[in-house]
Amino acid sequence: MAQPLTLLDKIWNAHVIVARDDGTHLLWIDRHLVHDGSFHAFGILHRDGRAMRRPDLTFGVADHYVPSHARTLPIEDPDAARLVAHLGENAQRHGFDVMGMHDPRQGIVHVVGPEQGLTLPGVTLVCGDSHTATHGAFGALAFGIGATEAAHVLATQTLWQRKPRQMRIIIDGRLGPHVSAKDAILAVIARIGAAGGAGHAIEYAGTAVQSMSMEARMTLCNMTIEAGSRTGMVAPDDTTFAWLRGRPRAPRATQWETAVDAWRSLRSDPDAFFDQEVWMDADAIAPTVTWGTSPDTGLPITGHVPNPDDAPDRATADRIAAQIAYMGLEPNQALDGIKVDRIFIGSCTNGRIDDLRAAAAVLRGRKAAIPGRVVAGSTPVKRQAEREGLDRVFTAAGLVWGEPGCSSCTGMNGDVVPPGERCAATSNRNFVGRQGPGSRTHLMSPAMAAAAAVSGTLHDVRRLVT
Amino acid sequence: MTPFTVLSGSAVLLEQANIDTDQIIPARFLRRPRSDGYNNFLFHDLRGADADFPLSATGNTEILVAGENFGCGSSREGAVYALADAGVRCVIAPSFGDIFGSNASGNGLLTVVLAADAWSAVRDAVAGGAEITVDLRRQHVRAANTEYRFEIDPFRKQRLLRGVDDIALTLESADDIDNFEANIPSMRAWSIPG
Repeated sequence: MAQPLTLLDKIWNAHVIVARDDGTHLLWIDRHLVHDGSFHAFGILHRDGRAMRRPDLTFGVADHYVPSHARTLPIEDPDAARLVAHLGENAQRHGFDVMGMHDPRQGIVHVVGPEQGLTLPGVTLVCGDSHTATHGAFGALAFGIGATEAAHVLATQTLWQRKPRQMRIIIDGRLGPHVSAKDAILAVIARIGAAGGAGHAIEYAGTAVQSMSMEARMTLCNMTIEAGSRTGMVAPDDTTFAWLRGRPRAPRATQWETAVDAWRSLRSDPDAFFDQEVWMDADAIAPTVTWGTSPDTGLPITGHVPNPDDAPDRATADRIAAQIAYMGLEPNQALDGIKVDRIFIGSCTNGRIDDLRAAAAVLRGRKAAIPGRVVAGSTPVKRQAEREGLDRVFTAAGLVWGEPGCSSCTGMNGDVVPPGERCAATSNRNFVGRQGPGSRTHLMSPAMAAAAAVSGTLHDVRRLVT
Repeated sequence: MTPFTVLSGSAVLLEQANIDTDQIIPARFLRRPRSDGYNNFLFHDLRGADADFPLSATGNTEILVAGENFGCGSSREGAVYALADAGVRCVIAPSFGDIFGSNASGNGLLTVVLAADAWSAVRDAVAGGAEITVDLRRQHVRAANTEYRFEIDPFRKQRLLRGVDDIALTLESADDIDNFEANIPSMRAWSIPG
């Protein structure tokens, strides 16, 4: 009998071009997504006088540097304007499809790829961005790369990789009311740690994952890098196929049936080997917020800021104390009730239509006590939200409805959180200075960020909306 | 890329765990051309807030001893450029962010993973002002007259030792790539964008 294989094994094996004796494999790359921050990779390609091998498998989108203010205005920052223009110039020079700032398909690369049907089960997909694991929600092998690796893909459509070890995270049961995939992934990261998945590929499985929408699965896979792993994936199923069917670049007509037949085999065999397995109980996951400057500091909103005095060792105590000091908190302080200065709803983690609906459900008929920005992950998401009247819910609450892009997640586009201010954010990183020098970020779900907007504090959405 | 063989000298300690690439280089500097010298942005905000920050932008060490999960977070290769432009050629840590490790080797920066005990011994030696030696060919770090072996992906080691460009090396397999590519329409026609 053939050796049982994991989902990763199956995709990996189908893409090996050269297998070296030392365990390094040359992999074929089916999709390469580039963005306005990819200029270093093109710089390397041009410096060495090389051509692009497969511009037809390369897709560009402007997201990191586009402002979230009205698109009729020029980009204020000359450096940002130059990088956005540069992406268009590279697309023209090499002949790849680009979705620039005014393209109706434009958005965050990890929202756009699936939306356009570029992300498919069983493909290898890379992008010069660590949140590329998002695409693994479709059963793709997707991971983030740096500029040198991106240049390598541009020139050869291949990458040298060692097969990672494998971890399966099984989330069984049902998520409670107002508990989302964001709470689940924050709970996973808190459980295994910021380096818990290092050197591993993660497969998410279990009944809670199977019952998730594609949007929720993308949120789950998106933050895999925050647990130290480059790639996270979910086996494709009927939910996946229904979501993809009819997407602009997805297989069509008879090709679609052939594809679905092939995709149905993309699941881990019953006895497949994982180096590590982790079980989580979905019913036990509460709305979760981070208190510190590492994404693994998530706690239930009913919890308290940790006390360094309770730490098991000196190094941990020092680490907790430094984070509390940066975040302007007190040991043992209740999380619910911590005053917040502004909110941000959006990003590649939580900028999809499900996310905006969840936030709007909380904000409908309510006013925000603090300023905030809601930014759709893509132009199609923005249009859909406007058709549903969600934009009017946000603006009626007093929030700003921005234009699609990375916005306040990275603060590369003018959307910065001022020094010392506290932001309730649906993005993926609460690192020191991530949203701007001196900014303080608490990560949470769209529903929880909406609850923070209404109450002006971190607040349990379940107490606001029953 | 400069080949990496043996490196000796004093080292700088940065013990804190989970130093992410946003710390190593804040996002707002990533828009700058490489010719600006990325060393100017190295730990920009941390250096600004702490006059005693141990690592300078002008290259006061070739070896950095760092805490666990160094270089986690964003895939920005600018983090490696900042270290490399400041003259850092080797980082020793108990663990690294996966993408940082790949980016480093692509720029001739050696990442050495040491087990906890070995890392602690090296850290103590460096804290005491001792010089250390990193020998890639023999895969050990020498500190206070003791050698600590480290493991490294053989392919990564070979590339660092030779200082070769990956793309040039890959093109040695051009026939294999051509053959694989030619078979895609019959193997997985559905994977070709519609």
